[in-house]
Amino acid sequence: MPVRVGVVTFPGSLDDRDAARAVRIAGAEAVGLWHADPSLHGVDAVILPGGFSYGDYLRCGAIARFSPVMESVVAAARDGLPVLGICNGFQVLCESHLLPGALIRNRVRRFVCREQRLRIDDVTSVWTSAYRLGQEITIPIKNGEGAFVADAATLDRLEGEGRVVARYVDGNPNGSYRDIAGIRNAAGNVVGLMPHPEHAVDGLVGSGTEGLGFFSGILATPPAETAA
Amino acid sequence: MARVAVDVVLKAEILDPQGQAILGALARLGISGVSDVRQGKHFQLEVDGSVDDEQLAKIADTLLANPVIEDFTIRR
Repeated sequence: MPVRVGVVTFPGSLDDRDAARAVRIAGAEAVGLWHADPSLHGVDAVILPGGFSYGDYLRCGAIARFSPVMESVVAAARDGLPVLGICNGFQVLCESHLLPGALIRNRVRRFVCREQRLRIDDVTSVWTSAYRLGQEITIPIKNGEGAFVADAATLDRLEGEGRVVARYVDGNPNGSYRDIAGIRNAAGNVVGLMPHPEHAVDGLVGSGTEGLGFFSGILATPPAETAA
Repeated sequence: MARVAVDVVLKAEILDPQGQAILGALARLGISGVSDVRQGKHFQLEVDGSVDDEQLAKIADTLLANPVIEDFTIRR
């Protein structure tokens, strides 16, 4: 039976279709999940896609946190369900306290949309396990509020525990502290990433295929083994 | 019913690019003497007697503000 990966659609999600397509290209089955439906429909993993959930009202991800589907996602994530939040999904994970820190407006005061070089700094998470430690990849980034911030003690802890999964190289696009592009939780099942691997999975239409590893890692690691 | 005001501002150590943009606009307006601008949010809540200070603090701390990056004040 194929691995089933749920992709949540919130009002204002933009990249749910691309995330579902990336899941299929990687060889898994994509299952659409709806913000108002608390059921996760028995999926093996969940992706929170990019976009502007609830119009980014109040703060990015702040309203989505209280949606029915997120109550189920938070509970399942704490039990070890693999969850990947991309861009707005990363913001939702921080607002939901599944990941520490917050994402604020870009230091450059502009929406940044370009291809971005990243270095994979942790391959123990289920979502980065398809990469080599230190591997550099190029995938698109597109955000207005993508600067990752946290207090120094939290940043030290993330780095000390090897929980920074990806860093910006060749230039920090948004002012993220310590060039952090993505982090994971202590157990390794929850990952938040600001750039967009789902837009780099198809050589014909996208920006190369170096984002595909974020979706194929889940296939190599049976979900049951990721629970911590 | 009573009106409660909640003000939310970014913590002092968090960079505020919007405030910096406003500061730049002030200079172009020809006004000098403003050395810093911090942009925040102002909420007005109409509450009845059943909402106590503890509940107001919960509202501000869990929804209106993100305590990782923001401070809030509540005024009844």
